[in-house]
Amino acid sequence: MTGSDAIERMPTGINGFDQVALGGLPARRSTLVSGTTGSGKTLFAVEFLAHGIMLFDQPGVFVTFEETSAHIRRNSASLGFSIEQWESQGKWAFVDASAGTGEDAPAVGSYDFGGLVSRIKHAVRQTGARRVALDSLGAIFTRFSDFRTIRHELFQIAFALETLGVTSVLTAERPEEYDGVTRYGVEEFVFDNVIILRNVLRQERRSRTVEIVKFRGAAHRTGEWLFTIAPEEGIVVVPMAFLLSPAGASLVRVSSGSAELDTMCGGGFYQDATVLITGPTGTGKTLAGLRFVASGVEAGERCVLRTFDESREQLFRDAAGWGMDLRAMEGSGLLRIMSDYPEVASLEDHFLQLRRTIDEFAPGRLVVDTLSALERVVSPRSLLDFVLALGAIVRRKEITTLFTSTPTGRLTPSGAQAIVMEIADFADVSILLQYLEHEGEIQRAIAVLRARGSTHDHSIRRVTVDGTGMHIGERLRGSTHILTARPTPVSMWGPVESEEGTQG
Amino acid sequence: MTTYTFRLYVTGHTERSKAAEVNLRFLCDSFVSGAYEIEIVDVAERPCLAEEGRVLATPTVDRLAPLPPRRVIGDLSDHDRAAFALGFPGTDEVSPERWGR
Repeated sequence: MTGSDAIERMPTGINGFDQVALGGLPARRSTLVSGTTGSGKTLFAVEFLAHGIMLFDQPGVFVTFEETSAHIRRNSASLGFSIEQWESQGKWAFVDASAGTGEDAPAVGSYDFGGLVSRIKHAVRQTGARRVALDSLGAIFTRFSDFRTIRHELFQIAFALETLGVTSVLTAERPEEYDGVTRYGVEEFVFDNVIILRNVLRQERRSRTVEIVKFRGAAHRTGEWLFTIAPEEGIVVVPMAFLLSPAGASLVRVSSGSAELDTMCGGGFYQDATVLITGPTGTGKTLAGLRFVASGVEAGERCVLRTFDESREQLFRDAAGWGMDLRAMEGSGLLRIMSDYPEVASLEDHFLQLRRTIDEFAPGRLVVDTLSALERVVSPRSLLDFVLALGAIVRRKEITTLFTSTPTGRLTPSGAQAIVMEIADFADVSILLQYLEHEGEIQRAIAVLRARGSTHDHSIRRVTVDGTGMHIGERLRGSTHILTARPTPVSMWGPVESEEGTQG
Repeated sequence: MTTYTFRLYVTGHTERSKAAEVNLRFLCDSFVSGAYEIEIVDVAERPCLAEEGRVLATPTVDRLAPLPPRRVIGDLSDHDRAAFALGFPGTDEVSPERWGR
């Protein structure tokens, strides 16, 4: 790549997409958006124009071949797009090319799409449009059957749009996922910029992704990006860690909820830290999470506790057993508990729900217990996306966040280890809880593997749990070989023997 | 006698536009000599009419009268099929394959 990206960008305004596209679509060019039925193509096109008007005051022209303009007006109203109002203000114009009169006009001899082009030009001039959407080209193919004409005419349309200086989105049909870019295999050769929207079943879950296949001479992120279609927000691409603008590191320390653990970490967690606690079931991860929340509430901070592992009632009972009254904390308005099993929604929806809660409730602390429960429903790669995306938000907002995780007992697919390693790497503080045999007893041990930016305690210490919570005791000497069996993040997350039994 | 009224939409003064006009006039002269009107609309100059008529392809021929209206797209280079599609007298009942000149 030659230095900076010289191609000017036109932000779509679509939630999260512009980050993937490194700023937006190539400006004053045409971009093909291809997808199967129901993949969100029309929505992409509508949002491209609507955000243009709402965010940048750039008028737009919508050319519809399939749905009638009335239909699009009606469907867009639920997203808060008042197309009718924009039409009356001269900011939005339809070119309705949906099948109406003359749809079955027979063709005798050669023809071109001069009528369409002049109508688009006219609408662009009248509104002063900067953005044009054409939805969808597939409909022209079914109505006009001469492929050579169509290919030639697509060039003409793309050329006309570029001459007008507008940035345009043209949608096209794909017959199947992962089988060519477009149904007719023609469109993608006409356009230099191609995006594919997918809607596939993965691990028995419907999953939507967006992929930028090519951008002429313009950098973009590669691969498929998860997105969801939220009822009021429209398309939301789940962003990743690099979305965060590196904020200044916080120097404020907060308590973990355990004075001994604070000491081990060099004086508590930094306010903007992401903490990962890993350990087998029963070693005290949930307890650590609860103590962390309780100390936040005591300090007058708002806290969110997101459990994927237990119901509210189970959690209340556990907490009561350790002398914490979650109900009272909730009653004080400082604690919000979210408990759903992972299976009730897609990962993207879980993410959105959490993000919404963070926006509304503005917590100072967040606990997610446990990430491992999410492994049941998503691939490691998606889980990494989730952690990184959430991490980006909480760091920016300086929300001290504690994730817990259990080493999985299952065989982890190859490649997955690298990903769990990345999750572990992402954490600013990494804490390991482990069982160990000591003098004929099963005991618990704790070690701080990493505390970024702090001088932390490197010793392995004994942990006891009783009715008042977790107590970190003396340094364990001469038994470190038990932990060195698997003290690194890789083996913490990797396959382990059945000694841990089934996970909760 | 019924007057045949046509509107021919074209884009600019291209070969194709010219061919469409010539072919349409030839057909009119052959079938309804002296009883036709042709209005030519250049959509590049009058895009509003293209919008109103929902025209996508050019050339497009609309038969406005007699009713019912008919529309054919293309330069009408195949006279037999064009005459049939535009419903000139004597072409209605016969399929274009069997209908000789």
